[in-house]
Amino acid sequence: MHRYIIRRTLQFIPMLFLVTVVVFALAKAAPGDVLSGEMLDPNIPHEVLEERREALGLNDPLPVQYWSWLTSVAQGDFGNSMQYTGRSVMDLIQSRIMNTFYLSLFALGVTLAIAIPIGIYSATRKYSLFDYGATTFAFLGLATPNFFAALLAIWLLSFQFGWFPAQGSTSAIGLTGFELFIDKLRHLVLPGFTLGLASTAMYMRYMRTEILEIKGSDFIRTAQAKGLSNNSVLYKHTLRNALIPIITLLGVEFGLLLSGAVITENVFNYPGLGTLFLNSIQNRDYPVIMAINLILAVSILVGNLLADIFYAVVDPRIRYD
Amino acid sequence: MRVLQRSEHLLEVKDLKTYFHMEGGRTAKAVDGVSFHIDRGETLALVGESGSGKSITSLSVMRLIPQPPGDIVDGSIKLDGKELLTLSDREMRKVRGNDIGMIFQEPMTSLNPVFTIGNQIAETLIKHKKMTKKQAYAKAVELLRVVGFARAEEIIHEYPHQLSGGMRQRAMIAIAMSCDPKLLIADEPTTALDVTIQAQILDLMVEMKEKFDSSILLITHDLGVVAEVADRVMVMYGGQIVEEAKAEELFTNPKHPYTTGLMGSIPNIDGEVERLESIPGTVPPAHRFPEGCRFAPRCKHVMEQCTQSNPELSEVNRKHKVRCYLYEPAGGEGGHQNGTDERKTVRST
Repeated sequence: MHRYIIRRTLQFIPMLFLVTVVVFALAKAAPGDVLSGEMLDPNIPHEVLEERREALGLNDPLPVQYWSWLTSVAQGDFGNSMQYTGRSVMDLIQSRIMNTFYLSLFALGVTLAIAIPIGIYSATRKYSLFDYGATTFAFLGLATPNFFAALLAIWLLSFQFGWFPAQGSTSAIGLTGFELFIDKLRHLVLPGFTLGLASTAMYMRYMRTEILEIKGSDFIRTAQAKGLSNNSVLYKHTLRNALIPIITLLGVEFGLLLSGAVITENVFNYPGLGTLFLNSIQNRDYPVIMAINLILAVSILVGNLLADIFYAVVDPRIRYD
Repeated sequence: MRVLQRSEHLLEVKDLKTYFHMEGGRTAKAVDGVSFHIDRGETLALVGESGSGKSITSLSVMRLIPQPPGDIVDGSIKLDGKELLTLSDREMRKVRGNDIGMIFQEPMTSLNPVFTIGNQIAETLIKHKKMTKKQAYAKAVELLRVVGFARAEEIIHEYPHQLSGGMRQRAMIAIAMSCDPKLLIADEPTTALDVTIQAQILDLMVEMKEKFDSSILLITHDLGVVAEVADRVMVMYGGQIVEEAKAEELFTNPKHPYTTGLMGSIPNIDGEVERLESIPGTVPPAHRFPEGCRFAPRCKHVMEQCTQSNPELSEVNRKHKVRCYLYEPAGGEGGHQNGTDERKTVRST
């Protein structure tokens, strides 16, 4: 088990290296650079810009630029933002990343809390009214684009009923302790549910299919032949097996949620990485774009790593392979 | 007399009918009026091709027919005089694993891959014998030793994928025998195993039967297996029993054309035996049985009568019953070998 985790973690390193290459190459492949954006006064003479480029090292050969970027990133230095006049990228990200993390965690929590029980219930009552209802909801959830669901949620639950705030991550400055927690939680509800909608729908279907498939397997018949109660057959023998692919997907899902939050955050004007990301793209703030790209890619890598480790934990067959 | 006889039987199945309701309103009569009994300490083999209804018969005894689409529509199944078909689900669960142990064909998939062997044995003991976890694991070690594991203490902590097919089937037998059942149902227990392992598993089953003083209902299509362990044999075809006899009797004197076909030989009045490649055709699907004898379309001895009505299961002598017009008084030609005048039709009631 330990050897498996170590081996799997070591495989992570070359992937990480490749990711940095891709992130860098993508940023460089985009036309223009920080000095050709709209932010700058068009009256600045060409020579001055060239001088700045030279000073920033933008005219160096790409491998040299890559190496200098990589070495500073390795030391936790992503450079300075252009649009926020010289604030360090690290600083900007630190002010946003926890918000995105909370949002993703909330969405994931919502997904699991809804999808798993409904999936199980649907599977045990196949073709019942409830099952059809859940199926309909699942298809609607999968078919509804994130931004549309977000707007619908804002219109209905915020404007019409006024239950939840539609903007930002907190409503008042100066809240502390429990009040702050509740306030933040209320702000998470709409973006959280919106973000979790599609995966809730997907996991619900997954859970249902897995359970139905496992219910037909030989070892379930063995469990029944032992005289075990229906609950024991369902919650011990069936569920433990049905959860294997679900748990495996969770790691990956978390990485995806972080990146999926880009659109949702923008619709709700939620101050996370996503809003910062879109902003930076609009302003060609390459240091920030590269940093966030790298973070999202790494979070997906870490998610995959976690998925593999979870998989080994829940499925005994995997350990010695 | 009858009452006395009945209590002698451990398991008594009467006129069992298990149907499957299919789409479009059709009904598949997978088990259609099967009656048999198993005595204490007896090994009864149920033989037939795939689709003959033998597995459904055994699952019916356990009441493990998936419902819907399956349904036990009629009949009676008595274990030790207790009717199983009218038991509540809760009462039936006390019979499963406790009074009747069952092992299956595929040892590779019949054990839950995510739980240890010890866990899967102990579970049954905790459920039926109200043991504590510790007691159950201690008993599990003991059982594993009985079924032939030398390193039983280690095996209880291992997962099914760490064992070979034969070892898994041993573990399945340990689970099935854990609560000292009166009856062991073995559904093709050796089909998926190596020939050398097959013999070991069969020996083990017989040993367990004697050690735990139980009976065996052995389901198989392998007549070699039958010859090795069975006391009595029932041959099933198209959801019905077509022949029933003591094992030696069936092997030396098979009657039904299907049985002789299974044995790869044709009966000949002169005693000559010819090789037969195979029985032509396949078992008809249970929703499309032919009128008359269900074996008639594949039978070499088919007569006009056979396509018109289905023969009854009749005694050719006291230890031998067959469902074939060749041996019925009216059918004429077959019965004379036995020279019995006391033939009578046995009808299930």
